[in-house]
Amino acid sequence: MTRSKPLSLMLALLLIACLLGLLSVAVGSSGFSLDGLVGADPVQQQILWQIRLPRSSGAWLAGALLGLAGAVAQGLFRNPLADPYLLGASSGASLGVAALLALAGTSPLAASWWLHLGLTGAAFCGAVGAVILTLILARGVEQTMRLLLAGVIVGVVLGSVTALLMLVAPEIMRPMQAFMLGTTGFLGWPSVLLMGPLLLACLLAALGASRALDAMTLGEATAASLGVRLNIVRMLLIAVLALATGAAVAQAGLIAFVGLVAPHLVRSRLHCNHSWLLLLSALTGGALLMGADMLARWLLAPQELPVGVVTSLLGGAYLLWLMHRQPLLERRK
Amino acid sequence: MPNAATKIAHGLMLAAALFAQPGMAWAAGFSIQDDLGHQQQFSQTPRRIVSLLPSLTETVCVLGACERLVGVDRYSDFPAQVNKLPKLGGLDDIQIEAIVALRPDVVILSPASRVHERLAALGLKVMVLEATSQADVKRVLLKLGELLGTQDGLKIWQQIDAAIHLAAASVPPAARGLTVYYEVDSAPYAAGEASFIGEMLTRLGARNIVGKALGPFPKLNPEFIVRANPQVIMIAQGRAENLAGRPGWQNIRALRDKHVCQFDAALSDLMGRPGPRMAEAAQAMARCLSDSGGKP
Repeated sequence: MTRSKPLSLMLALLLIACLLGLLSVAVGSSGFSLDGLVGADPVQQQILWQIRLPRSSGAWLAGALLGLAGAVAQGLFRNPLADPYLLGASSGASLGVAALLALAGTSPLAASWWLHLGLTGAAFCGAVGAVILTLILARGVEQTMRLLLAGVIVGVVLGSVTALLMLVAPEIMRPMQAFMLGTTGFLGWPSVLLMGPLLLACLLAALGASRALDAMTLGEATAASLGVRLNIVRMLLIAVLALATGAAVAQAGLIAFVGLVAPHLVRSRLHCNHSWLLLLSALTGGALLMGADMLARWLLAPQELPVGVVTSLLGGAYLLWLMHRQPLLERRK
Repeated sequence: MPNAATKIAHGLMLAAALFAQPGMAWAAGFSIQDDLGHQQQFSQTPRRIVSLLPSLTETVCVLGACERLVGVDRYSDFPAQVNKLPKLGGLDDIQIEAIVALRPDVVILSPASRVHERLAALGLKVMVLEATSQADVKRVLLKLGELLGTQDGLKIWQQIDAAIHLAAASVPPAARGLTVYYEVDSAPYAAGEASFIGEMLTRLGARNIVGKALGPFPKLNPEFIVRANPQVIMIAQGRAENLAGRPGWQNIRALRDKHVCQFDAALSDLMGRPGPRMAEAAQAMARCLSDSGGKP
């Protein structure tokens, strides 16, 4: 394993992101056109600078957060099917959004503090809260299996509460659907400014734990005997997972498959240690979501596909191909 | 047997009368076709009715048969007296047992409700009626009038139509042709020209920025709205919190000139309900347009 290969993949991914970024600012409600980019029309300039650029960069950042979270989850649970939503973050975020929408429909005064959070705040609190709930139910981080089960339980229970809320307040069904299918439509500069530093922080924290992740691939007992302080590492990585997923989900809704597929894409290109895997997964996730966002607004312009539908289609097709090309489980043996 | 012959002759005359005047049908058995093309036979005017759609509930009541309702769906809330009736669930959780137990003579519901086959299989008379346009409202009024044995349907429709006409006439010339964006939801979903809401806006002389080709409730690229730069935005209260905070929206004419009409929950419910109160919705929209067009 040489250093040059991951490095060249990283450069390639950055290049892809730049190309996609350039391409995607030419794609909008009027389909693909270049004439808007050079004109001095103020509306056109505004669309370019205040809508398309932040939207594309926001999509990249959200995708990168999800890719990173996916790589962290797969490394932490040593399971190739782990994704960022494993510990209940997605159902928590849905519940947060549903609760906010339902309360907004009933009595704005009674819930003013909750309304003050806004949809993104509610989704973020919900996602992080669900992960904390999972940790409590699993009584800490000692047992990976218990964490996984607690995550499933939290996911199912919070999901049913959300379904109940939607039944009681049917008017929230449409915005809920939009949230659950993922939406990049309203990503602005504030979202970018929020996600950018967070991505950096999460990436640094995860990279700091990457040697421990490498050791954990040999089994948790071995890792412990190599001097890895499992509980601290797990806590740190779960915090990264929760923050990265919560931020991405809060800004862009429940985007499917990006977090699951990004690390697989990287692994299918090269074998590398976790520090590279984490970094490259983030870059891959970013490129994936940026591309999906571009397709979502291009295919039916001026109508939009929910971006989650595009990522699911692409991601599902890719996983299917990967499965038949090289069974995942066999490869790990 | 002369007696039998007279009976047959009477029967034939009765039948002829039936066909000539469907409105007189309650004199004996009659049959009505619902929107799925199913023919329903009734031996007499139904006296126990279950309605599983708010606009159908309202239509039954405006036809003066409110006291014949024995159960409604969860969302039927007008007129107030229907709130005392058993609520039989929503679109996805209709309580079939409760409906059967109410022994209705007829169940009226929308095609979107999936229970009609189940109810029909249980031996209930089911009428599926669709209302998604103003023409539908008229048709449903006449059809339910027929079912309820009243001729008032047409008269009521004419009143509704006249009230909408009046609302349209109340919009000053300066406010005609304003470009309008009606946001159904923040994804953003718009009410296009092809929707019931859009149809009303067109009648009031407004220009919808979302044309027919995009379908009734398209999910739009937010950029499309910025580009269309509408003069008026109509939206439900509570959904309009942060319109100006959306990327690029602060310069949209409607936001700059503060021509954002917020409809309270009851009113925005009403706007999307193709029923006998649609003239009230028209008046609210007309007020919004007048307010927006009155000021420069």
